Amino acid sequence: MNITRRRMLVLLPAAAVAWKYVLAGTPEASPNYQMTEHWWAMLIDITKCIGCGSCVRACQLENHVPDGYFRTWVERYHIEDWQMEYPKVDSPDGGKNGFPAAKETGGKNFFVPKLCNHCADSPCTQVCPVGATFVSPDGVVLVDQKYCLGCRYCVQACPYGCRFINPQTQTANKCTLCYHRITKGLTTACCEVCPTGSRQLANLKDPKDPIHEFLRTHSVQVLKPYLATRSKTFYYGLDGAVR
Amino acid sequence: MHVPVEGFMYPNEIELQWSVLIVLYPFLTGLVAGAFILASLERVFQVEAVKPTYRLALLTALAFLLVAPLPLQLHLGHPERSYEMYLTPHRSSAMAMFGFVYLWYLLAVLVLEIWLDYRRDIVVMAQSTTGWRRLLYRLLTLGSTNISPRALQIDERAGWLITLIGIPSAFLLHGYVGFIFGSVKANPWWSSPLMPVVFLFSAMVSGIAVVMLLYMLVSSMRREPIDMRCVDTVAKYLFYTFVIDFSLEMLDLIHRIYEADESFRSLDFMVHTRLYFSQVVLQIFLGTLLPIALLGLAQVLKLTPLIRKQIYVLSGCLTLIGIFAMRWNVVIGGQLFSKSFLGYTTYKMGFATREGLLTAIALTILPFVFLWVLVKLLPPWTERNSGALPDVTPAH
Amino acid sequence: MKAFKDSGHLFRVAAVFLVGFIAFMVLRNLLVPRSFGRYGHYRADAIAEIAALPVSYAGHQACETCHSDIVDVKNKGMHKGVACESCHGPQAKHVDDPGSVVPDKLDTSMLCPRCHQANLAKPKSFPQVDAVEHSGGAACNTCHQPHTPAIGAGGSQ
Repeated sequence: MNITRRRMLVLLPAAAVAWKYVLAGTPEASPNYQMTEHWWAMLIDITKCIGCGSCVRACQLENHVPDGYFRTWVERYHIEDWQMEYPKVDSPDGGKNGFPAAKETGGKNFFVPKLCNHCADSPCTQVCPVGATFVSPDGVVLVDQKYCLGCRYCVQACPYGCRFINPQTQTANKCTLCYHRITKGLTTACCEVCPTGSRQLANLKDPKDPIHEFLRTHSVQVLKPYLATRSKTFYYGLDGAVR
Repeated sequence: MHVPVEGFMYPNEIELQWSVLIVLYPFLTGLVAGAFILASLERVFQVEAVKPTYRLALLTALAFLLVAPLPLQLHLGHPERSYEMYLTPHRSSAMAMFGFVYLWYLLAVLVLEIWLDYRRDIVVMAQSTTGWRRLLYRLLTLGSTNISPRALQIDERAGWLITLIGIPSAFLLHGYVGFIFGSVKANPWWSSPLMPVVFLFSAMVSGIAVVMLLYMLVSSMRREPIDMRCVDTVAKYLFYTFVIDFSLEMLDLIHRIYEADESFRSLDFMVHTRLYFSQVVLQIFLGTLLPIALLGLAQVLKLTPLIRKQIYVLSGCLTLIGIFAMRWNVVIGGQLFSKSFLGYTTYKMGFATREGLLTAIALTILPFVFLWVLVKLLPPWTERNSGALPDVTPAH
Repeated sequence: MKAFKDSGHLFRVAAVFLVGFIAFMVLRNLLVPRSFGRYGHYRADAIAEIAALPVSYAGHQACETCHSDIVDVKNKGMHKGVACESCHGPQAKHVDDPGSVVPDKLDTSMLCPRCHQANLAKPKSFPQVDAVEHSGGAACNTCHQPHTPAIGAGGSQ
């Protein structure tokens, strides 16, 4: 380790700030975080995704997701010729350990990472009978683990299949956009480990946010737009065959 | 537990969320709504012929209504938190209505109507029985022993009013279940404005059928002759309601086939494979077409009472099987296909588990146990040959 | 009045309902969580509870405070955009106690193919090889330095 004194002077305050919020075992929300200054979204660049499954693994480790259930997963599409209606899709164990070589050759092939879309007009929060799942003031759809009855209505209502019932807590569970990280100035676990920068977090209330800028200047898509969920997970390069 | 999947399903979709208990719940509340509508035929629409089934229909409705929350409680991940639906009901959720609609229907409609109709008998029995029964009946009188003609007339009027309110309440009790499914835009097998209407009419069909069967069964158990005018009328209403129900379901089917939207191929394949037996064989053929044909024959041909009774029993049983199959096809069918329309999963029903087959069977039998108790406590029939006030019916 | 005398039982029923309703309202007041409804139809305290959950991945900024020399090397190569924990796994515990908690040594023959094994669905421009054909089974770090993987860019680890 070779740290120059000048570097120390620059890095130490940053380290102090970072360290305070990152201490494992002594979690605390950032006191500087204002919900009203954030409206969270995510951008996924399909042209960059390599299907390595790092995001799926990191999410599982960060959020203690039980095996067989997924807060995020990756799908692989194979589209023969022009037939958009019948893609061949697979997601072995959610893409957690990457994808084996496919039997098909030719055609269009690509990966699609999926997660909770954190819809602004969320159909899952609409159907919760008690108010255990909700859209937070900063745009993240969360589940109150202490209030949820486990009735599974929200799981039925999600068009994207991103919810599940945690077998240990018997309550609804799903991607929280790593709320415990993003409120501390960190990014989500999946964005952190994505090696190609395919997944990136965005704050739509920050005009200087580079992803916010990207959304203003590029052609982007959302999943199932006809359901009018006002999904905030945007895709760049999403093929029309994607379900 | 490995679940066989065909094609592609979103990883979290492979395991079914709502089990056979959620199939049972609309079946039970459907019987409640249907039995009540039959009872209201006599009370509000003055169809005299069905009077012999009036009290039995009310008690049947109550027995099933008392059991109805049990499959829901057993299904919840945290049943101990279910009271939250009363504390903080989310007004945008159809399911949140459950607690209040149930409570309203149970207390303000059904229990009140039964109480008003039986009040005279309760007061009489409070004076004539002994032991714990005496205490129970005295409690039920709420301390009032007034059974003067004027008081009974007031009861009659109040009961009529409650039945009148009860009809839309019964529609609401079961209609909201249809809306719970019909309002889920994520699921094209469920999402339809027809869903509450189809649920309601199939509920009426099943409720009328169960009361008809019970009346015939109980009459033969008591060795009382079956009032043919009564069952003929009940069967007639069953027939009419069935025709409407079938038309609605056919409308849904034809509409789907014609419009053939993006979900159609996937759903069509599902109906032809995984859902074939329960949908085509059980629900449509055995459970709808055959009973309608049989009941239609009984309406059109001049048949002997014995043959008519046999037709009614057969149709009634087939109807109940068919309506249960309909609930199965909606609830389970709606979860067998992927929302990506690219795959199918399988429902692995447990046997002796919390949401398994054994539990479902027990919960189906339980309402009849409750009904037996209710019939003992509040006998639906008076002595046959009395012209004046009936004698005390000994509760044994 | 005679009418009321004969409908006394109805008043009793109404009284039972009223008592029940009052009991319900009292219970409701006692049992609804205090923070419910502050921001919307949910328990506002849940937001803070979720935000207070422990973190497992430290984030690359935490690594850079101590390992800036490696970061410098990494920034010159193709793995510039790859976060440290992408390969090294969650290291928040290590940041908390760098002396005692040491990250595991990585096996490049398992690690690297996850991204770089050739697959038809990967973007054509992404560097990918068939691991067996490419190195004949030798571990990737025999020739490539993971922090700056271009051949000739750096020595072995």
